[in-house]
Amino acid sequence: MLDQIQLQLLKEIADLEGVPKGAYNIRANSQMAGRNTTANIDIISKEGVSGIDIRIKPGTKNESVHIPVVLSESGLTETVYNDFYIGEDSDVVIVAGCGIDNCGKQDSEHDGIHRFYVGKNAKVKYVEKHYGSGDGMGKRILNPGTEVYMEEGSVMEMEMVQIKGVDSTERSTIAELAAGARLVVRERLLTHGEQTAISTYDVRLNGEGASADVVSRSVARDHSYQKYVSRITGNAPCSGHTECDAIIMDKARILADPQLEANDLDAALIHEAAIGKIAGDQIIKLMTLGLTEEEAEAQIINGFLK
Amino acid sequence: MLELKNISFEVENEEERGTKEIISDISLKIDENKFVVITGPNGGGKSTLARLIAGIEKPTAGQILFDGEDITDKGITERANMGISFAFQQPVRFKGIQVIDLLRIAAKKYLSIADACDYLSEVGLCARDYINREVNASLSGGELKRIEIATVLARGTRLSVFDEPEAGIDLWSFQNLIQVFEHMQKTNDNGSIVIISHQERILNIADEIVVLADGKISQHGPKDEILPQLLGTASAVGACVKLEGGAQ
Repeated sequence: MLDQIQLQLLKEIADLEGVPKGAYNIRANSQMAGRNTTANIDIISKEGVSGIDIRIKPGTKNESVHIPVVLSESGLTETVYNDFYIGEDSDVVIVAGCGIDNCGKQDSEHDGIHRFYVGKNAKVKYVEKHYGSGDGMGKRILNPGTEVYMEEGSVMEMEMVQIKGVDSTERSTIAELAAGARLVVRERLLTHGEQTAISTYDVRLNGEGASADVVSRSVARDHSYQKYVSRITGNAPCSGHTECDAIIMDKARILADPQLEANDLDAALIHEAAIGKIAGDQIIKLMTLGLTEEEAEAQIINGFLK
Repeated sequence: MLELKNISFEVENEEERGTKEIISDISLKIDENKFVVITGPNGGGKSTLARLIAGIEKPTAGQILFDGEDITDKGITERANMGISFAFQQPVRFKGIQVIDLLRIAAKKYLSIADACDYLSEVGLCARDYINREVNASLSGGELKRIEIATVLARGTRLSVFDEPEAGIDLWSFQNLIQVFEHMQKTNDNGSIVIISHQERILNIADEIVVLADGKISQHGPKDEILPQLLGTASAVGACVKLEGGAQ
């Protein structure tokens, strides 16, 4: 079913050795390569457009859904719409992610549009990893769009990771939070070569007691370019924090642009942004522990992005 | 074990458009199994000397030998792997690197949590609270300093150089710090410790004391011989040298 390259991509993006436990839908080169549903989690193919609906019954606890996508053919371009309906009071883990291996001359592109409808008091942990490999001239392009609609008291934790090999990314995430809802975003990004990565967050805190914590850590090396814009809007008594912390190396460029908008007297919003190179003292310290300069640099970057 | 032969270190002096000598023709021998404290007035070149030994700075003249081998042109990493450790006066912070990571890098092997905890306990930290902490700005100066010392303990090398280990450790009694050094000296076979310090109680446990002023060694000898001359006049040493200089 899946070939060696696809299995390797699956391992990179979802830590999977073969088929996952629980509900899953594996998409390989624009085709469904496997699906499993459970009593509480249903996966239905959309009609008319590519994509799936994932329906999680209210009260579903300790279950997971894996929906990895792998592309190993050069020249594939696809847009996929996945909608998640997460029932009230459920507690689930959703693992998405896309791996592209492009050894050919043509660009490969996967644009995943994910919409989450998170029911009252539901708890979701969402992990999305992006990875690219292959030595071809064709670019590996990923443009994910994510929309999150959170009802009262729901909690969503999003871990977005792109460490290697994706030539071009334009990520857009919007979230709307009702009273008492909480959103936590942890983005980790490493760009190298001539890559570009643009990441935009637009989080609206609409209900009393809603809160958001959007944090990005990134490393830009070689000639890569990163742009990070995170906007938190407080429309009610709420609290929001956004932070971008970046290490710049070589000839890279970074634009960090956190934004806050308060439309309520009791909206407490904070932003922080820092861009800097690796401190010489950090390298020297690790060298006095016996690491070479290159090893020291790698340790510092790995720690920063851990 | 370590021998400095006619070491000098100059830096560019922008104001006078010339060079300024920080270390001036120093020769010093540190034998095996010795606990040597280098003291002297501020600005006398003590920290520079420690950095020259670790390879962070390169001497502008002279030769450094370690176990008879010329290491003058060897870099920081090479010297570290030959058995020289260095504890910074102002420890470095790392976002994301945990205390356990740093100890494992230092030990050059996979330390179990229990082993790592031993090193932390030795420097007076309640290990469980620290092992997974990031070595970042959330740690106080004193906590970082103790972790810095723990990394040197984890390395267990033959020569350990500490640059003002007592600085910033205000809440931790000196007695504990002294016990750490005494224990190190006892357990590290053929190992030597070099400490940059003004602290009388650290000077008091030294085998040898070196007094460094204006980039030169003004005194060097056994503790019993040197310490009585320094007691109560520790800062006067620098003042006298300056007075003499002024009178010339």
